[in-house]
Amino acid sequence: MTSLASHDTAPSAHHDHAPVGGRLITVPFLIALAFVAIAGFILVQRFAHGIGAVSNLSDGYPWGIWVAIDVVIGSAFGCAGYVMALLVYILNRGEYHAMVRPAVMASLFGYGLAGAAVLVDLGRYWNFYHMMMPSYAQPNSVMLEVGLCVATYTIVLILEFAPAFLERFGMHDARRKLSKILFFFIALGVLLPTMHQSSLGTMMVILGHKLSPLWQTQMLPVFFLTTAVLMGFAIVVWESVLSALGFRRPMETAELARLSGLMVYAGLAFVVLRFVDLAVRGQLGAMFGAHGTVMFWVETLLMIGGIAAILPVASRRRGKALFVSSSLFLAGGIVYRLNVYIVGLIPAVGPWTYFPSLSEILITVGIFSLEVVLYLVFVKKLPVMHAVSTKHG
Amino acid sequence: MSVSRRNFLKRAVKGGAAAAAAACTTVAGAPEPANALQREPKPLAPEAVGLLYDSTLCIGCKACMSACKESNHMPQEVGPDQPWNDTRQWDTPVELSAKTLNVIKVYTDGNATQKDHEKDGFAFLKRQCLHCTDPSCVSVCPVSAMTKDKTSGIVSHNPDACIGCRYCVLSCPFGVPKYDYNDAFGQIHKCQLCKHKLAENQLPGCADVCPTGATLFGKTPDLLAEAKRRTALKPGEYAHYPRGDINGHVGGARDGHEKRVEVAYQSHIYGERELGGTQCLSVSAVPFDKLNLPTNVPEYGYPTLSEGIQHTLYAGMVGPAAVLGGLVYFAHRNTKDQHDPD
Repeated sequence: MTSLASHDTAPSAHHDHAPVGGRLITVPFLIALAFVAIAGFILVQRFAHGIGAVSNLSDGYPWGIWVAIDVVIGSAFGCAGYVMALLVYILNRGEYHAMVRPAVMASLFGYGLAGAAVLVDLGRYWNFYHMMMPSYAQPNSVMLEVGLCVATYTIVLILEFAPAFLERFGMHDARRKLSKILFFFIALGVLLPTMHQSSLGTMMVILGHKLSPLWQTQMLPVFFLTTAVLMGFAIVVWESVLSALGFRRPMETAELARLSGLMVYAGLAFVVLRFVDLAVRGQLGAMFGAHGTVMFWVETLLMIGGIAAILPVASRRRGKALFVSSSLFLAGGIVYRLNVYIVGLIPAVGPWTYFPSLSEILITVGIFSLEVVLYLVFVKKLPVMHAVSTKHG
Repeated sequence: MSVSRRNFLKRAVKGGAAAAAAACTTVAGAPEPANALQREPKPLAPEAVGLLYDSTLCIGCKACMSACKESNHMPQEVGPDQPWNDTRQWDTPVELSAKTLNVIKVYTDGNATQKDHEKDGFAFLKRQCLHCTDPSCVSVCPVSAMTKDKTSGIVSHNPDACIGCRYCVLSCPFGVPKYDYNDAFGQIHKCQLCKHKLAENQLPGCADVCPTGATLFGKTPDLLAEAKRRTALKPGEYAHYPRGDINGHVGGARDGHEKRVEVAYQSHIYGERELGGTQCLSVSAVPFDKLNLPTNVPEYGYPTLSEGIQHTLYAGMVGPAAVLGGLVYFAHRNTKDQHDPD
């Protein structure tokens, strides 16, 4: 088993990827489009009458699902490109090469739409550009670091994905020139998510006693980085299995088996560290009665379920087991991040309650539907997926 | 080759987990406050000013609330008990909000007959920004909209810089900054200690109108000394209570008054140590947790933890630059190997 695949010797590398083709206007496509339209309609109300007109956000819960799901969880979905670039280009695991381009595309959507979601949530969005201006910069702010880092990373992702566009429109000269300097942006594309994904955890450290002891720790950056890597692996596996079924393409079985092995390690590291951290902080008792106990167990059991589903090495070659495991890990990562940003929050001077309003949910649904719409357009019209005809199969 | 790589990866993951466990111990398990990832607490501003609120002097007249509205041009807030079609609506806020920067609240227990008694009694509490020595809201603000004056220590907000992210609302341990959710162009509101009045040598609205001196303005060290004098008083003693500015400079000299101490003060002075200290202090005869103030909190501000992590990882950007160097080296080598960097 060599680590480098067929394209290593292929004379022109860009024949590796091909558009999937097929009809664009399908029922799922139209349903997703309808949700985008509904979200657009609600957005008009939001910008005309304020955040309170469409959401259940309050001073007790100033951050709701628009931050927790669209940005914090959405960007974790976008970590596919991060982990695949890390594997292929930094650890030189060329055998995963076929999975890089779809992963980078998923990341581009995840981050691009997280950025769009931020503009929905910002109360004074017209001042948004202040984040980029040194005259307003406040270097102690973890959010400033996250904001600048995410903005830069989105640009890096566009450059990383640019070859797909350049190939599609026959700009081979630009493609070659970009290839020569792309290594630098690939390196940046690994550094930046390491920074801002961990900082998403650091963001909540300053909440102190307003975050349940089940989640409040200075290890938050480590846990957020671990879930970013874990969810990055999980989304690649999940998407590979699903698109193999959806587009009736052969499954990349060998690669997926090895990848899911790494996914199990990341999941194990997370669960073990969580208990070690609780023990070190003397908060093991919090597991049975602190604020958010039930959701702590939901999160932990989902993670353990993800590990258990593919613990036997043989199961890592079965699509069903891989689908179950990656789904559980994704759910576990989602619940963990939701717990840190919403469930574990103990607002000052209550009583406060929060559950997202229908309009709030529909905006989030609309943003993710836009992601689906763009995914279908890109995959069908651009050379994103690995061409089935090559030896890879 | 790939087998050895897999072993390498396995070892890396295992080693990483062990290292992280060790890091857990040093970071989270170190005895407070000497935490490995913690920056130094901030000192009190040189000319720190604030308020001393004495719950035992407060008669609940709420003159401070209307004076606050007037001084800061804040709109009236119609409470939930008033019918929407009542044309004689009163300003009846029950909590701080985007329309209310200062509010008097009341604690009651049992039949609520005895003032300043925990059992079967009642006690007042004034809520407004405490102007922390090491404020979370200033630490979190990405665009310097929330700032702490280097001299007076007053924490103020600039809506023209603000992007409306509401991180200050989320991070404030006392729940003070508020956002106006029902305005398409809503902004953050909080007490700024009437800095516009102080600039004209006038008292903050609340301290200006307080008839009993329950809200007293002054320099924070003077207020702390006064708080210590009061908490040492015994029930039955008579004491002198100043009004307005404790030193009589701001807003002109005023007469104080003599009053018998009816109920023993709690020895605890709220804001002396909480979360690195606050410039506004409170004394009371009823325990502060009954007055809805967080009491089980550390003596350092939470920014010492978050900024500690951030400034350790990003000190001079040396760490990220070094990591980037390594990543560039590997990416360059491996993309050459693989011929197809995308």
